This record gives sequence, C-alpha cells and structure tokens, in this order.
Amino acid sequence: MAEPIILFEKVNKWFDGFHVLKDIDLQVAAGERIVICGPSGSGKSTLIRCVNRLEEHQEGRLVVDGVELGDDVKAIEQVRRNVGMVFQQFNLFPHMTVLENLTLAPVYVARKPKAEAEANAMKQLERVRIAEQAHKYPLQLSGGQQQRVAIARALCLTPHIMLFDEPTSALDPEMINEVLEVMIELAGQGMTMVCVTHEMGFAKAVADRVIFMDAGQIVEQAPPEEFFSNPKSDRTKDFLSKILGH
Amino acid sequence: MRRPSARKRWSWRSQAFRGLLWQVVAVLLVGFAVWFLAHNTLENMRARGIQSGFDFLKGPAGFDIGESLIPYDALDPYWKAFLVGILNTLRVAIIGIGVATLFGTLLGIGRFSANAIVRGLCYAYTETFRNVPILLQLLFWYLVFTEVLPPVAEPVSVGPFLLSKAGFSFPWWVEGRWSVPAPGAFSMEGGASATPEFMAVLMGLVFYTSAFIGEIVRAGIAAVPKGQVEAASALGLPRGLQVRKVILPQALRVIIPPLTSQYLNITKNSSLAVAIGYPDVVSIANTSLNNTGRAVECISIIMLVYLVTSLSTALFMNWYNKRVAIQER
Ligand SMILES: Nc1ncnc2c1ncn2[C@@H]1O[C@H](COP(=O)(O)OP(=O)(O)OP(=O)(O)O)[C@@H](O)[C@H]1O
Ligand SMILES: [Mg+2]
Repeated sequence: MAEPIILFEKVNKWFDGFHVLKDIDLQVAAGERIVICGPSGSGKSTLIRCVNRLEEHQEGRLVVDGVELGDDVKAIEQVRRNVGMVFQQFNLFPHMTVLENLTLAPVYVARKPKAEAEANAMKQLERVRIAEQAHKYPLQLSGGQQQRVAIARALCLTPHIMLFDEPTSALDPEMINEVLEVMIELAGQGMTMVCVTHEMGFAKAVADRVIFMDAGQIVEQAPPEEFFSNPKSDRTKDFLSKILGH
Repeated sequence: MRRPSARKRWSWRSQAFRGLLWQVVAVLLVGFAVWFLAHNTLENMRARGIQSGFDFLKGPAGFDIGESLIPYDALDPYWKAFLVGILNTLRVAIIGIGVATLFGTLLGIGRFSANAIVRGLCYAYTETFRNVPILLQLLFWYLVFTEVLPPVAEPVSVGPFLLSKAGFSFPWWVEGRWSVPAPGAFSMEGGASATPEFMAVLMGLVFYTSAFIGEIVRAGIAAVPKGQVEAASALGLPRGLQVRKVILPQALRVIIPPLTSQYLNITKNSSLAVAIGYPDVVSIANTSLNNTGRAVECISIIMLVYLVTSLSTALFMNWYNKRVAIQER
C-alpha cells in the first residue's frame, strides 16, 4: 500500500474516564471506500469525528492527508478544508439559502471570488441533481433533498476525503435511495470515502472494505463479500444476524 | 350526509358571540374608568381654582438647563425646554442602547470562550452588575466623576481621551478638522466633552443593562444546535467566522424579543437621571411642574414621550424580528 491518506496508530480516546476508542490501528489508502458498522455506542461516530478533529484523541498518532493532528489550529483548519463531512442530521445552516450554504466556506475560507464560488456551487448542485432548489431555504426542502445539499456543500471545497456519519438514518425510507445513489456515484468517481452506515446494500455495492466496531475496538475488517459471507468473530456474526435479520 | 352550509346562527353559547361580548364589556369598563378619572380631576381642579391647559407651553420657561443639543436659554418658551429634555433623554438612551448592545454581545460570547479566565470574568461581571440596583450604580458613577477623578488641570488620559471632573473629553470634528481636547483654565478646550452627569447616567445604564443583554446573548447562543457549530467547523471555518456567520444570526431569533424589553428598560431607566441632575425630560417636566403647577399636563407630557418612544422601539424591533425569522415551508 502506498502512503495512506488516513493513518491511525494506536489511537486511544476517553470521554471523562470512559474509554471510547481502544488502540485503534487503521490505514485508509487514497481512493479507498470504507464502510464502518457496529452496534450503537461502539464508537463509530467518535472514530470518524477524530479524522477532522471534531473530537480529539488523547493517545497515539493520527495523520490525515499528510498532516498530523495535534494542537496546531492551522493544521486542523487545513485538514478540515480537505476533508468533507456529512452528518446524520444534515446540519445545513437554516438562515442561509442553499446557494449561500454552499458558497460560505469557499468564499470565506478558501477566499474564492463570489462569482466563481457560485458557479462551482451550481455545478455541485447539479451533481446531486438539485440545482433548481438553489434559492430555497433548507427547511423548505425534504429530508432527502437536504442531505443531498449537505453532500454538495461538502464537495464545494473539493475535498480529498469524504466522511459520512449515518447519512440516511434520519431519512424516511422513500428518500434513502436518492441519497445513496448520489453517494454511489461519488464512489464511482474515485473519492476516498469513510462511511458509517447500516445500509448493507450500499456496503456490498461500493465498499472496498467493511469495518466492524464493538466497544471501542475494531473487531474485524474485510472486503464486503468475505465480511458478509464469512464473518470470523462471534460478535460480528451476532451483529449481522441482527441487522440482516431474522 | 352533508349539512347545508348555513349562515352563522346567533346563540348564547357560540364562541364568536362570547368573544365579542367580553371585548365590548372590557372596552366599556376601560372607557368608564378613563372618563371617571378625567371628569373627577377636572371637577376638583375647577373647584379649587387651579388653572389647566397646555397654553403655558408658549410662555417663557425662565430656568436654565445644564446641557442641551439645541440652542436654548431661560427666555425660551416651555415647549423648547421640553424639547431639550426629550432630546437629552433620547441621546442618553440611544447611545446607551448602542454601547450596551456591543458590550452585552461581547459578554455573552465571552461566556463560551475557551479561556477559563475570560469565561469567569464575564460571569462575574454579569452577576455583579445585574444584581446591584441601577439607581445605586448611577450614584456610584456620579460620585466617581465628581469626587474620585482628578480636576480639569490634570486629567487621566488614554491617548487623546481625557477623564476628569469636567467629564469625558474626546477628539471631535470641529470646523473642518479634528480637534483634540486639552486642559484649559476651567474646562477642557478643543474636542468635545460629555458632562459628568451625562457620563454617570450613560455608564449606569450601560453597565447595568449590558449585564442583562450578556445573559440574553448567552442564552441565545446556547439555543443554537451543536450540529451547526460542528458543520461550520467541519467546513474549516475559524471560530470568529463561525460566530459571525453561523451562530449569531441564528441566536438573534431567540435574542431579539427579550432584547426589545431591555431597550425599553434603558429608555425608561434613563428617567433616573433626575437623581443626579441630568436634564432629561422627567427632570425638565419636574421643574416645569414646580414653576407652573400644571401637574396633569406635565405628567401627561412625560407619559406621552415614553409611550411614543417605547412604541416606536417595539415596532422597530418587531419589524427586525420578522426580517431575521427563518424561512420555513
Ligand atoms: N461528548 C461525549 N461525552 C461523553 N460521552 C460521549 C460523548 N460522545 C459520545 N459519548 C459516548 O461514547 C460512546 C461512543 O459514542 P459514539 O457516538 O461514537 O457511538 P456510535 O457507535 O456512533 O453509536 P450510534 O450508532 O448510536 O451513533 C457512547 O457510549 C457515547 O455515549
Ligand atoms: Mg453515531
């Protein structure tokens, strides 16, 4: 494997004495698509939130896109510009139009001229097939539309890595597919993706590797065919039987 | 089975009828109370031979006023004296609102600082100044200006800004150039000065009200969902931009209604100026009342002035509140 774009080395994290990440070792190659799954409270969100330093780790080394994450604020801001994130609750800015949501960071962080930022924003909105909503406010859109806007917003900074934290969990069933389609397209374009999701269909379709976490540890990781057909640990088997069902 | 859409039927039990009935009763009661008070007052005044009417406003006031935004002297009529008072009230209230909003916003933001000392100071400030009665604070600042600060000849200076018993002096645009204040024989020369009375009222209002505004801003910021800050962070926005572009605009929705009542409080509390001799509208009305005996008229003028300023503040803030409201479907 060439130089990994994300590198966890013996990373540990505690929330006030609660050991939430235990000795995490993980390497993600550029262009790789990772799906992380595991029971609730196992530390999946915490793990990917460490990648753009929404959470800080206390022990071990974490290098993202060539930058080691530590106290250096400038380094953190640089990593955040190169890492896009999509949240379960969309987290669009409700007081700004869709277009303003998309141009905020390019104009104020990347210091692009407004016209250029807007042109690029429209391109990203077309990419998620929602360009006609550019001048609406987020709360005027459906959940699926909002989540696609959130993906477009993250893409506007041309990130090297995209993080997804259960992007379809807050959606009504009939809207899940429109978001997954956009994500699958993105995967096809060679984006490095780390995705926490329980959409096993998505995992089978696009993941290069599926990671199973439990109680703050990476219990098992394998390509999807192997992961689903031949899980090794009992915890994985137990988890899969619960979500694949019955 | 469809009922024919009948005309509204009158019934003692219909909600519309009962609502209307109560409104009519309420209006009649209020109207009667007002009529009763006015009638009684006029009767009593007539019985005792007290003069009434607003004609006195045209006569000469006969008293001097310590400070005025417009040219005024003792020979000018009462209405002009009142105008001076109204302008003085508005001046201290408007500047007070501006400065208290600025300080209060900084205080509220400071409560979320990563620095524990900043957080602690903002908290201590808020708890101190909102729990000491404002009249006491006004008197305190008046004492500072009249007793504690040095005389005119040797002012405390911060750059071109001077503090002394003559008040607060600062550079000002005079006759086409910046004029910088300097100590003269009896007063500051050059620049512009705010009197100790004005400064005491202003600082009393600002310190007291900014503590409340700080608390309002803190609550407003706390009401912005955590996910908003996370999304802004994930986009690489530095902290200052997060506050300006994401947090404050959303906090405003929660902040504006209670902020409006603080603005109304500043205007109303400025009437405490009478305690230290700042010639606001209440102080002028008091003097006029003593000179003319037209109590009802002078009190009515005060009430009208506060009613108009309060209503316009409230109207403006309601309009602003609508403007920043978030669009939903
Ligand atoms: N800010 C926090 N302070 C304290 N404990 C926290 C905090 N955030 C998360 N935790 C705890 O850390 C553990 C891991 O949380 P995390 O959100 O990473 O789990 P998750 O695997 O994403 O679960 P879910 O599937 O429910 O989203 C949980 O037990 C949670 O209660
Ligand atoms: Mg989670």
